[in-house]
Amino acid sequence: MRYAITLATALGLALPVAAEEKPVLTVYTYDSFVSDWGPGPQIEKDFEAVCNCDLNLVGTGDGAAMLGRLKLEGTRTRADVVLGLDTNLTAAAAETGLFAKHGIEDVELALPVEWDDEIFLLYDWGWFAFVYDRSKVTNVPKNFRELAASDLKIVIQDPRSSTPGLGLLLWVQAAYGDEARAIWEGLADNIVTVTKGWSEAYGMFLDGEADMVLSYTTSPAYHLIAEGDDTKAAAPFEEGHYMQIEVMGRIASSDQPELAQSFLRFMLSDMAQSVLPTTNWMYPALMPEMGLPKGFETLITPERSLLYPPAEAAKVRDAALEVWREALSQ
Amino acid sequence: MIRHWPGALAAALVVALALGTLAAVALRAEGWTALQSADWAAVRFTLLQATLSALFSVGLALPVARALARRQFPGRRALVTLMGAPFILPVIVAVLGLLAVFGRNGLISHILGVFGLPPIHIYGLHGVVLAHVFFNLPLATRLILHGWLSIPGERFRLAASLGFGPRETFRLLELPMLRAVLPGAALVIFLICTTSFAVALALGGGPRATTVELAIYQAFRFEFDLGHAALLGLVQVAICATAAALARGASLPAEMGGGLDRAVQRWDAGATQLKLIDAIATCLAAAFLLTPLGAVVADGLAGITRLPGAVLWAAGRSLAVALAAAALTLALALPLAVFIHNAGRAGSALAETVAYLPVATSPLVIGVGLFIVIFPFADPVSLALPVTALVNAVMSLPFVMRAILPALTEAEAAYGRLADSLGMKGLTRLRIFLLPRLARPLGFATGLAAALSAGDLGVVALFVDPAEATLPLYLYQLMASYRMEEAAGAALVLLALSLGLFVAFDRGGRLGAQA
Repeated sequence: MRYAITLATALGLALPVAAEEKPVLTVYTYDSFVSDWGPGPQIEKDFEAVCNCDLNLVGTGDGAAMLGRLKLEGTRTRADVVLGLDTNLTAAAAETGLFAKHGIEDVELALPVEWDDEIFLLYDWGWFAFVYDRSKVTNVPKNFRELAASDLKIVIQDPRSSTPGLGLLLWVQAAYGDEARAIWEGLADNIVTVTKGWSEAYGMFLDGEADMVLSYTTSPAYHLIAEGDDTKAAAPFEEGHYMQIEVMGRIASSDQPELAQSFLRFMLSDMAQSVLPTTNWMYPALMPEMGLPKGFETLITPERSLLYPPAEAAKVRDAALEVWREALSQ
Repeated sequence: MIRHWPGALAAALVVALALGTLAAVALRAEGWTALQSADWAAVRFTLLQATLSALFSVGLALPVARALARRQFPGRRALVTLMGAPFILPVIVAVLGLLAVFGRNGLISHILGVFGLPPIHIYGLHGVVLAHVFFNLPLATRLILHGWLSIPGERFRLAASLGFGPRETFRLLELPMLRAVLPGAALVIFLICTTSFAVALALGGGPRATTVELAIYQAFRFEFDLGHAALLGLVQVAICATAAALARGASLPAEMGGGLDRAVQRWDAGATQLKLIDAIATCLAAAFLLTPLGAVVADGLAGITRLPGAVLWAAGRSLAVALAAAALTLALALPLAVFIHNAGRAGSALAETVAYLPVATSPLVIGVGLFIVIFPFADPVSLALPVTALVNAVMSLPFVMRAILPALTEAEAAYGRLADSLGMKGLTRLRIFLLPRLARPLGFATGLAAALSAGDLGVVALFVDPAEATLPLYLYQLMASYRMEEAAGAALVLLALSLGLFVAFDRGGRLGAQA
């Protein structure tokens, strides 16, 4: 073991030396961004072609795990840029004082809501939605009340361990406020189970354990574009759909502030933005010149978008969780 | 006698990993939130499901182990090996496999549907227990089977010549063995189930099924309240220590005496009725454990051809970690077992509890604690794989100890004085006397450690680099990218790798009751 540690330490020390000619930009992000099927490999290739640097994308679990790691590391973090927090985490992230202002003003965002944040820049976004199989579900509910009254079975994620799970919690809260408890009590007999993460829930849905699963309005696009399967669809809800806005920010203590800044700009370039829809399966922050990929036009477009501003999301979260837990524990 | 320091060193390492990481987390805390009513609800649910899971696993394993101990049939060896597979599957794969049989859209529900009956409802406390029995029945069976096989053939011969029937054989030979083996087996399964989280949540059907581990997860990622997480981690340690003390009090050492390792023949088990009971127990257990596995394999075959080549690299990394973990397990377990055996009563009670600690300690607390400890000195990411191997080795210790401690005690009781009189000490004693006597449980235990390590996502999920993913992490990445079919293929590769490792090591130990 001692040898293994010595060896690994030696390797860890050797790497920066070998790459000394080129500056290294370290970007913390979530795992699925860096995976072979995520945007990571293409983004890295494209950015390194223009930056004369080494882009080091580091996967750190999911957004919440990434923030936890950042808090543990504090100002000694190796990260220059953090990419993949969402608006439910940005209030806590800003509170760490680790982030610098992005200073980028001149972008035309393609976003259905107002966006103004001097620390965090959005790079993509999506709406949460219940996804179902059109060949199996015909009486598609048009809102949460109809869903609760139906005998449709759904599988959802736990807000304490999952980003979409937290999104659903805030969705019901934003749409119903004080009535949220009644909605959850009504949904209790529809919920087959609550899973730790998105993957378990989506896998159970595909295996036929539930009629609907909490996911994104863009999920059917994956099945259509990657698998040629047009049976999956998202149910439009009249209350509106809660949004997930994914953001990035640069670390104030970074020794590569200019490089970090140019990476933020690159992420908003047409090159990077056109990669996101079919790798991250989210909407780009700016409309790419070529428009959205073919297949995205089949997706539902919610008429209303729901979103708590970061500070408010942090405020309503705990009480909403308590209501959720009580309503579903009976 | 064998020197104490290697064992003491191993114990110290275990304490450092289990409690040191907890302390590291506590020291980084900026405040403390006392345990709240929701936490106590989580503690109650954890205790309830873990107790039920342990009782059912051990209770159901009894007839299966007895059948396997006294029957020979074609394919017995393969069955014993295959039955171990659920224990080493990644949680997410096992859950989907179980649901393919017991789910709303599962096999049983479909059969019920043919007769116009509603689908079965798996979600709830019974579902959690069912899943935990699925995971742990094989372990319980193997631990109890080892107990049975450790009764020397001469005892059964003597029993037969004294005219013992099945009842007397049970009372005088098998019951004392069970008194020695069962409490430990139940304890280790209880402890495994106390840190369950994803399974309990998915099959528990909702927030009612909140375990302490989920509460810890919440404290970390939802509230980032390190003090609260450490406090909950301490609750887990307290549960472990209490359970270990109870199990120790309930177990009586069996005093079988030595044997000549001659083939065991069972004169007491010839009755047709007993044969029938054994056949039923074996078939039911095989069906319960192998049908969900069959679903995993069937699913995987469809996806395996679509797997990208990178899966081989991931498998290679997993293999390396597994082999390192197996070697480390041996290096830790043997000295620790000898230490526990030779220490005085109080010392050995303490050391035994220490050996159980890792399995009852929150993987998340260990992971975060290690991160806090390593970060100031080195990049945790570059150390992810060696640390994974070390942590997996320590996490396997409880099962390993459960398998080798009873065998060691018996070997020392039977031949210890002979070895002393021949002046066997240190490594010589280990090589000539202990290793051959412990071959069977050691082979099993090392195989288990290797297989578990290959299938474990690990406590280091927090700081492992996805580009350097091991096979389980690769599988999760596939799932998170909508690629469920390929993920099923990767699960099959993982299953084959884990089982292969397990078989390779386990072959070292002999299994034949009637060789």
